[in-house]
Amino acid sequence: MLKDITIGQFFPGNSVIHRMDSRFKIVLDILYVVILFVADNFISLALAGIFILMAYGVSEIKPIMMLKSLKPLLPIILFTAILNLFFVTGEGEPLVNWWIFTIYSEGITTAVFMIVRIMCLIIGMSLLTYTTSPIVLTDAIERLLSPLKKIKLPVHELAMMMTIALRFIPTLIEETDKIMSAQKARGADLDTGGLMKRAKALVPILIPLFVSAFKRANELAMAMECRCYRGGEGRTKLRQLKARPMDFMIALLMLTLLGFVIVDNMVF
Amino acid sequence: MNAVETRNLTYKYSMGTPFETTAVDNVNLMVEQGEFVGVIGHTGSGKSTLIQHLNGLLKQTSGEVLINGRNIWSKDVNIKDIRFESGLVFQYSEYQLFEETVYKDIAFGPKNMGLDKDETDRRVRDSARQMGLSEELLERSPFDLSGGQKRRVALAGVIAMQPKILILDEPAAGLDPAGRDKVLEEIAGYHRNSGTTILLVSHSMEDIVKYADKVLVMNRGQLFCYEETDKVFSMSKELQMIGLDIPQITKLSHLLRENGIDIGNDVYTVERAKERLLKILKR
Repeated sequence: MLKDITIGQFFPGNSVIHRMDSRFKIVLDILYVVILFVADNFISLALAGIFILMAYGVSEIKPIMMLKSLKPLLPIILFTAILNLFFVTGEGEPLVNWWIFTIYSEGITTAVFMIVRIMCLIIGMSLLTYTTSPIVLTDAIERLLSPLKKIKLPVHELAMMMTIALRFIPTLIEETDKIMSAQKARGADLDTGGLMKRAKALVPILIPLFVSAFKRANELAMAMECRCYRGGEGRTKLRQLKARPMDFMIALLMLTLLGFVIVDNMVF
Repeated sequence: MNAVETRNLTYKYSMGTPFETTAVDNVNLMVEQGEFVGVIGHTGSGKSTLIQHLNGLLKQTSGEVLINGRNIWSKDVNIKDIRFESGLVFQYSEYQLFEETVYKDIAFGPKNMGLDKDETDRRVRDSARQMGLSEELLERSPFDLSGGQKRRVALAGVIAMQPKILILDEPAAGLDPAGRDKVLEEIAGYHRNSGTTILLVSHSMEDIVKYADKVLVMNRGQLFCYEETDKVFSMSKELQMIGLDIPQITKLSHLLRENGIDIGNDVYTVERAKERLLKILKR
């Protein structure tokens, strides 16, 4: 059951999207979100949707993964859609007026727009994590945030913490599995009983987990110090991030899309 | 009646995905009451997966598991009872300790069985004694103990449930030589006193030879052989072919034989080697 967690899942590959500079990927992903929310008519939104689907096709990630990334957020999508459907009021006659429910045609369009926007947003974001390894991702975040060092923000340390946290997710999951089995072998009951009983049943699992996590952290810190780690000052990178012509071309494509969407909004 | 029996036991990981692998492949096994069985096999040979079936932590893909003659997955069997009947001690079992005191930690199993206070107390003190833990240790925090002591607390925690079958996954791994010997001696002593059926997984052939009556060899998820200890180690070629080692002293005896000193090809323990060598020297 713990193996189902998909946060930060990464599928290695060699597609155009995989090879893109991860800094570009992050910035362009943010730009894409801007496009999604600037777009307020069908043509531009459809274009944005087609764009992300095409990017998905190019990335060689299985389409089923797209649906998987949407699944956990389905309740939120539905909730937003329903809210919009019933609470957006239009100028014309309501389409439906029954008991306390009134639906205007504007409500329907807003709801549909909202669904498409959120779906594109999630797909876009998961495309980023699917095609970029967590380590490269934190590297890129570190580089992008590096101007903030001027205001004394410990950017390198934050990135290092993220890298370590991501690295240890699978380890901790495996460890939790092991401890759960060991306690079950001693007759611990994890699956039945009321809320309080279940919360109490977690104690034999959480305490050993914390103990070993602290121990591991201590050992890791020691090992890093043994290799003379002393922060980001003057530290060079194994993987240099390098922007290539392809990255600029894709950026140009997205800027064109943004321009089109803005013009489209003004015309219609 | 067999203490442990498996019929065509098969277990597959990640069923229905491209990662599907058969960890345990059609294993038929019979362990008699009171036997001390050594379980050996290369890393990834399926021994850990196999033993997790014997107390119902894993459910087989196909086949049957019988503990003391009862099919553990049949409807009238409560799987929790099976876990008390066949106690499993995991690798690096000290990581399962969580209570404030050693006493409370050992009492965790018996408490889950629903035993009353007096019986729990008796069992905690008994099993602590069996594992060589002194009375004053019982009130200490388990996190203050040494590695070997922690390991013995974890063992006592399982023994306190008085399982009829005790399954141990490398109980001595990662301990220093003195700690190793102590843990294994306590287990052997417990076996003698209680007559419990024991399955001991180990990578140390010396330990297996010393303690086990029979040896179960796993290879690539299949049961390679299940025979008397002497017979298994007489097949040193076959064992080495599937990536397993033979006792150091056996290797030495082979070398001696090659160089003309015939001390026999059934030398698995240092004691026997000593006996034979003395005999040769006296001649």
